[in-house]
Amino acid sequence: MSVPARRIRWSAVLDHSILIIGSLIMILPVVMLVQMASTTDLHTTKFGPGWVFGDQLPVNFEKAMFKADGFSGENTGLRMLYNSMILGFGFAIGKIVIGMMAAYAIVYFRLKFATLAFWVIFTTLLLPLEVRILPSYEIVQKLGMLNTYQGLIIPLIASATATFFFRQYFRSIPEELVEAARIDGAGPIKFFIDILVPLSRTMIAAMFIIMFVYGWNQYLWPTMITTDEGMYTLVRGIKQITQTLEGTNLPEYGRSNLLAIIAILPPVLIVIFFQSWFVKGLTESDK
Amino acid sequence: MAQVKLNAVRKTYPNGFEAVKPASFDITDGEFVVLVGPSGCGKSTMLRMIAGLEDISEGELYIGETVVNNVDPADRDIAMVFQNYALYPHMTVRKNIGYGLKNRKIPSTEIDAKVAEAANMLNLNDYLDRKPSQLSGGQRQRVAMGRAIVRDPALFLFDEPLSNLDAKLRNQMRIEIKALQRRLGVTAVYVTHDQVEAMTMADRIIVMNGGVIEQIGTPSEVYHSPASTFVASFMGAPPMNLFDGHANGTEVHVGETPLHRHTHQGKVTVGIRPEDIVPDVTGPLAINVNIIEELGAHRLLHGHTADQAVTIHVAKDFPAVTGPMTASLKPDAVSLFDSETGHRL
Repeated sequence: MSVPARRIRWSAVLDHSILIIGSLIMILPVVMLVQMASTTDLHTTKFGPGWVFGDQLPVNFEKAMFKADGFSGENTGLRMLYNSMILGFGFAIGKIVIGMMAAYAIVYFRLKFATLAFWVIFTTLLLPLEVRILPSYEIVQKLGMLNTYQGLIIPLIASATATFFFRQYFRSIPEELVEAARIDGAGPIKFFIDILVPLSRTMIAAMFIIMFVYGWNQYLWPTMITTDEGMYTLVRGIKQITQTLEGTNLPEYGRSNLLAIIAILPPVLIVIFFQSWFVKGLTESDK
Repeated sequence: MAQVKLNAVRKTYPNGFEAVKPASFDITDGEFVVLVGPSGCGKSTMLRMIAGLEDISEGELYIGETVVNNVDPADRDIAMVFQNYALYPHMTVRKNIGYGLKNRKIPSTEIDAKVAEAANMLNLNDYLDRKPSQLSGGQRQRVAMGRAIVRDPALFLFDEPLSNLDAKLRNQMRIEIKALQRRLGVTAVYVTHDQVEAMTMADRIIVMNGGVIEQIGTPSEVYHSPASTFVASFMGAPPMNLFDGHANGTEVHVGETPLHRHTHQGKVTVGIRPEDIVPDVTGPLAINVNIIEELGAHRLLHGHTADQAVTIHVAKDFPAVTGPMTASLKPDAVSLFDSETGHRL
């Protein structure tokens, strides 16, 4: 019995080529990172990035996590990782809590000017942090919140995006559910905690991913607010290290690239971990 | 257990629309009352006012002895079953049924006992740990019933609870709900647009149209002596035949045929139920049959008499043919309505 020759579908080949090229473009910088993190600084200074992997990963890891520079000796990689975590989680959780509560108020309570309030919140999308950075800085400074986690997080958590998504979601929840809960004796707070929050869990997960990555990658605001080395986040700290090309010192390519790898990991892990929730939250709804 | 009393209850919306015109009626303890009418007639608004989900614009509502106009729904001692069931999707059946009790701070052992009892009554024992999404429509409906039963309310409110079910299940649930209400002896108000549900389930029917109560009565009263042409045409399938007639002070004529004796004078609307017109070779009513509708247990003959449409209900063994025939009326078959106002004369 002869198996008929499989026809080559050129459209599929084309599709796959595009995908493969795209993937390479995405992956190559990461490969470069790993390569440079695995060789000595001297090697990288001499030859630049290449295809030869060295055996320096453990050494560079040691340096990246525990070596500090500056005056205080507080900005170790570990410390920066910790700060970034606090910023990422604080930012994401804060945005979700504030966004949910704002949406709850707008959707479920007969407030005067609720629609107006919503659109005012919505227009803040047109005023990102970069536009209002000076007044924001001034307020934080006057409140004495420079170099604190509060100062780092609170000014960023008012969120039109989260409010908007939760508003749309809440509006799709059937009215009868609210009424059934009212008859079941659930007041506003009970309804929120017992019904609305569990119903929104996929939505919360989706928001969490977006917001965590967004918060983790913040650069400008932490740079403004934190001058104390113990408060540096990873994203800003790496910059600090690559900059110190002075005197006879070689730039610490190995250390900074390894820190960059560490900085990539948490968002990647979070996305992988929450992936299925993410898709669910943004597409389907089990009501 | 409680009686319900409405005293000139009225609903107007901020935009001036009057959804329910002042309505007064009493519901006695243990009675099953059905509010029926076409969509937009105000029946749901009425129910929601009784439930407390909608503010009452004017008038007083009593549940038991007290005015409850300003009492929160949770404190009115009512339970409501919604059209789309309104089950909490993230909770198991057990938690769905027990949620109201939990909010009333009832000890969990007692909740468990009550939930088990309700589940027993509704054959839900095997499904207690499932989520609503894993249940069929009929089972969801039962869970919604269970949620109402465990609260041991003074008043059941049903808002078109069967309209999302298929026809067969609807007939079955109709009987189950009625039997359950009988057994528990709880007063019930049931809203539906389906006149068959109204006829079969109600102790008393309230027919509404355009925010106005057209008639309150037992199913038999509403069917046999409708208070208006609206009720006559809304209740019953096929609806009552309505003819334009003329009364001369002694007799009422449709076309040239005298059908009824009445002292009214002038134009009238004559209503006759299809089953009250009997084929009769010596009968006075000349009918030209156009279409025969075969329904198995009986047949419907559609035709004209004196140029007006008429429907006759005949037994399955009647040899029906299209073409001219004659018929007579059963005694007391005629309802007379004022042709201007539509009210019964």
